[in-house]
Amino acid sequence: MSGGFRLAAGGRIDRSRPLRFTFDGRSFRGFAGDTLASALIAEGVHLVGRSFKYHRPRGIVSAGADEPNALVGVGADEAHYTPNLRATQVELHDGLVAESQNRWPSLSFDVGAVNDLAAPLLPAGFYYKTFMWPQRAWTSFYEPKIRAAAGLGRAPGAADADRYTQHFAHCEVLVIGSGPAGLAAALAAAETGVRVILCDEQPEFGGSLLAEREAVIDGLPAADWAAAAVAELETRDNVTLLTRTTAFGYFPHNLIGLAERVTDHLGVRDPRLPRERLWQVRAAEVVIAAGAIERPIVFPENDRPGVMLADAARTYSNRYAAKPGERAVVFTAGDAGYRAALDLAAAGVTIAAIADLRPAATGALPARARAAGIDVRTATTVTGTRGRLRVSQAHLAAIKPDGSVGAAEAVPCDLVLMAGGATPSVHLFSQSRGKLGWNEALKAYVPESSVERERSAGACRGVYELGAVLADGYDKGSAAAKAAGATTAAASRSFAAKALDAGSDGFIGAAPHGRNPAFAKAFVDWQNDVTAKDIKLATREGFRSIEHIKRYTTTGMATDQGKTSNMNALGIVSDALKTPVTAIGLTTFRMPYTPTTFGIFAGHSRGALFDPVRTTPIHGWAAEQGAAFEDVSLWKRAHYFPHAGEDMHAAVARECLAVRRSVGIFDASTLGKIEVVGPDAAEFMNRMYTNAWAKLGVGRLRYGVMLREDGFVTDDGVVGRLAEDRFHVTTTTGGAPRVLQMMEDYLQTEWPDLDVWLTSTTEQWAVIAVQGPNARKVLEPLVEGIDLSPAALPHMSAATGTICGVPTRLFRVSFTGELGFEVNVPADLGRVVWEAIFAAGAPYGITPYGTETMHVLRAEKGYIIVGQETDGTATPDDVGLGWAVGKAKKDFVGKRSLARASMSAPGRKQLVGLLTQDPQVVLEEGAQIVADPAAPVPMPMVGHVTSSYASAVVGRSIALAMVKGGRARIGETLYVPMPGGTIPVTVTEPVFYDPKGERLDG
Amino acid sequence: MLIITCPHCGPRPELEFRYGGEAHIARPADPSTLTDEEWGAFLYQRANPRGLHAERWRHVAGCGRFFNALRDTQSDFFAATYPAGTPRPDTDASGVKESGR
Repeated sequence: MSGGFRLAAGGRIDRSRPLRFTFDGRSFRGFAGDTLASALIAEGVHLVGRSFKYHRPRGIVSAGADEPNALVGVGADEAHYTPNLRATQVELHDGLVAESQNRWPSLSFDVGAVNDLAAPLLPAGFYYKTFMWPQRAWTSFYEPKIRAAAGLGRAPGAADADRYTQHFAHCEVLVIGSGPAGLAAALAAAETGVRVILCDEQPEFGGSLLAEREAVIDGLPAADWAAAAVAELETRDNVTLLTRTTAFGYFPHNLIGLAERVTDHLGVRDPRLPRERLWQVRAAEVVIAAGAIERPIVFPENDRPGVMLADAARTYSNRYAAKPGERAVVFTAGDAGYRAALDLAAAGVTIAAIADLRPAATGALPARARAAGIDVRTATTVTGTRGRLRVSQAHLAAIKPDGSVGAAEAVPCDLVLMAGGATPSVHLFSQSRGKLGWNEALKAYVPESSVERERSAGACRGVYELGAVLADGYDKGSAAAKAAGATTAAASRSFAAKALDAGSDGFIGAAPHGRNPAFAKAFVDWQNDVTAKDIKLATREGFRSIEHIKRYTTTGMATDQGKTSNMNALGIVSDALKTPVTAIGLTTFRMPYTPTTFGIFAGHSRGALFDPVRTTPIHGWAAEQGAAFEDVSLWKRAHYFPHAGEDMHAAVARECLAVRRSVGIFDASTLGKIEVVGPDAAEFMNRMYTNAWAKLGVGRLRYGVMLREDGFVTDDGVVGRLAEDRFHVTTTTGGAPRVLQMMEDYLQTEWPDLDVWLTSTTEQWAVIAVQGPNARKVLEPLVEGIDLSPAALPHMSAATGTICGVPTRLFRVSFTGELGFEVNVPADLGRVVWEAIFAAGAPYGITPYGTETMHVLRAEKGYIIVGQETDGTATPDDVGLGWAVGKAKKDFVGKRSLARASMSAPGRKQLVGLLTQDPQVVLEEGAQIVADPAAPVPMPMVGHVTSSYASAVVGRSIALAMVKGGRARIGETLYVPMPGGTIPVTVTEPVFYDPKGERLDG
Repeated sequence: MLIITCPHCGPRPELEFRYGGEAHIARPADPSTLTDEEWGAFLYQRANPRGLHAERWRHVAGCGRFFNALRDTQSDFFAATYPAGTPRPDTDASGVKESGR
């Protein structure tokens, strides 16, 4: 195997650029322009994998995206490893490292091949039928074992080291595919001056033209004509040309997803370039020129290495100068097999025989084959093959006029070509939700009616003759440009094409073989190891819908999405059920057209860029102090500020006591803030919140509760009235966007007559909470124009002035139960003011505290957190906020719902406190509460724990809970059953510290 | 990804919009006069048609305004978009040709 199958001349490889690569650790040589598959074939290697279920040796079947067998893992290291790549699409580069998959210990000796001997025991639906019992063993034993034995590639062992980017693009005409139809379409559209994008999955434009030996267009060899067409397109700046770019998905409103492989083909990669680029192209019109896929023929043992599609063999020989064998048997259902035979014969391959399923072969191509002395046998089938790791014989037998099959003759060969006819590639058209129609003459589904603005051209709609394909492409290209609004029309242009036309004859279903069907494995779906017998079995077991048969047998469900198998499976079902193909239906063509990396969808959204991160103006200071942070929606919030040697519990206890005994400082900048301004601002607030706002004086604050229209609490926050027509509204940290959206909704759509403006000011204000008995002493020296005395600034009032020379809205407000202030300053100056306050607080031992301490302090006071005590089913009264509902108000959002009987029914869950009988035990938040722990399972549950902490100031654990009829149960003992035992608790008022609120005044 | 024509800004990708449920369900002027059944119907009962559906969208990453749209739920194509507060256009499904064919 030393390159013995490389032709001395011809092909599109660059013999001046030899490349080295390894496959399963063995070193091989190839040339620039090779794919991994063509280089292996040139080295005489056909065995490239083991099959999914039976572990049968498998070879290269195709030369493109339809490859079901030759799946390889590629990558020199785990961080650059990609499994399940089609060797037929992997471009060779120097140093490429590839390995086969699904074999152990080696490709040529695979222990799993015993499955093949056990094949009679592994029919369709085997797993469903067999591994039923015991049920538990399915997840613990059967599934892992089956997955390990029947698998394809393996996941890489390291994180992907590559970069992926994403790109939006717009054009008038997107042309998908650059064979003759696509090139002609692009030429036509480009000429009109509109923006054109032409993409092709291959490294070179030209499609099938690159594999033609004799075809001539406008006097040029086909490949040269393609090069000239591309050169013409390159001169136009309204054309974008994308090679190595797969159109993998057709999304609504003409959005097409393209995956561009930027660096995979390079031995040495430019680190500035991404590995792949996602193009989201919005095209006014799309021309699909996706070509056709050759069908294999379903006959016994059609899966041995060396059995391949006829056009693929022709491509290897003509395009890659790689001879796929020495002696070939061609099994054909149309003239395409003859074309391949003639091309291979020209490359020096002996054609042992052509077996033609048709009773007669009369066209020009069969005539040429006969004239060349090739043994042409019509009405002939192939009944089987021999050979262990490579085909060595094909068994040819005559089909008698009565349909029976005669005695087989063994024909020695190392290559068997299958030419079952062309299947138009309608994947993208179907993804666009277009309707397919059955064409009886072509024995194929072709596009019938469109939904999106697209049109198909050439072989993908069943037009195969080269001249007709070019004309069709040009037509469709100019029509697309016109439909997209091109103001100049494409000049009429005709193409003089001369090529061997293979016609459109073909065969679907399983070829006759006359053997005992129980022992003949005729593969329909190579990748999922589905045979004709499996599909017939499914029909015998009563399956009728093709969608059910697909799932039961798994035909067409592999990564190739049935590109080669769907039509033959349909044919077999049609034959078995004696029902026309059209009555059986068609399975759904799903995206992606070929497997697409996760990386291209993730783009830059990984690691630190996975989600946006919001930080407050004080974040840097907290980080310098060694704060531990927690995520609160997208915000990073300081969770606690540990001293050396402190765990969270110790730090929080220290922070809590510091606030209760002297003063603490807390970054509340994440609070949502909305400025509600306008002559009707008070009326708007009246309608949005439960509270009464009309009488709230300027300079006063009020705690507001917001309901949804269904009457349940959705948000809360302190609101300041800064002027008659101006409210400073605060919301919960996570609720800010939701509240603003809801306010906008009502303002715009229900009450557009109200003259009010809403502005999000969350990011404009830094909010510094200074809380504790010494809070006033800390702030007093820093403020100007604000009297902080209790008389001038009582609890729940606001003042404006300056602090440290910075303008401020200073609120006297407390979420701790202590004397407290919230200093709002412009965000840019937040850290400066914070540091000044911190310095001024030094004599009082001012202590920065985080969100955990904030939670404990408010729980000690029984202040709820919306989303923690409430769960979207709590009314204001349920959580002890009945006082905040303006009873005299005629209407507000949610008021009518509160009037429903069930909203005040007895037995609703109500906010209460819980004290464990053992003060050291801290309940788990979310734990369920029962009245009688001896009740039989399922135990009736009476509530759940919503907040639970160890409270340093109370000296024991405390908890808040929502309990059915809770306020009437105060004093009762309830129980919290936990895995470690049942915890008895006493129901209490939900306020554990300073119930009279005397500390608010310092 | 759909293309949605904001009546104020023009055609934009779906990414810029947020769906807002069925359109033309006005909040009663005085909810207190409604029976529980009537109020329940206002809160929860929504059409789920196969075909044209009048629905609200908000151009949240654009002008921020709510508007209404007639979308064919079978084809996902829009027959019309129109400002909030204006009546539903007299368009049937055959008028759906803003995108597609």
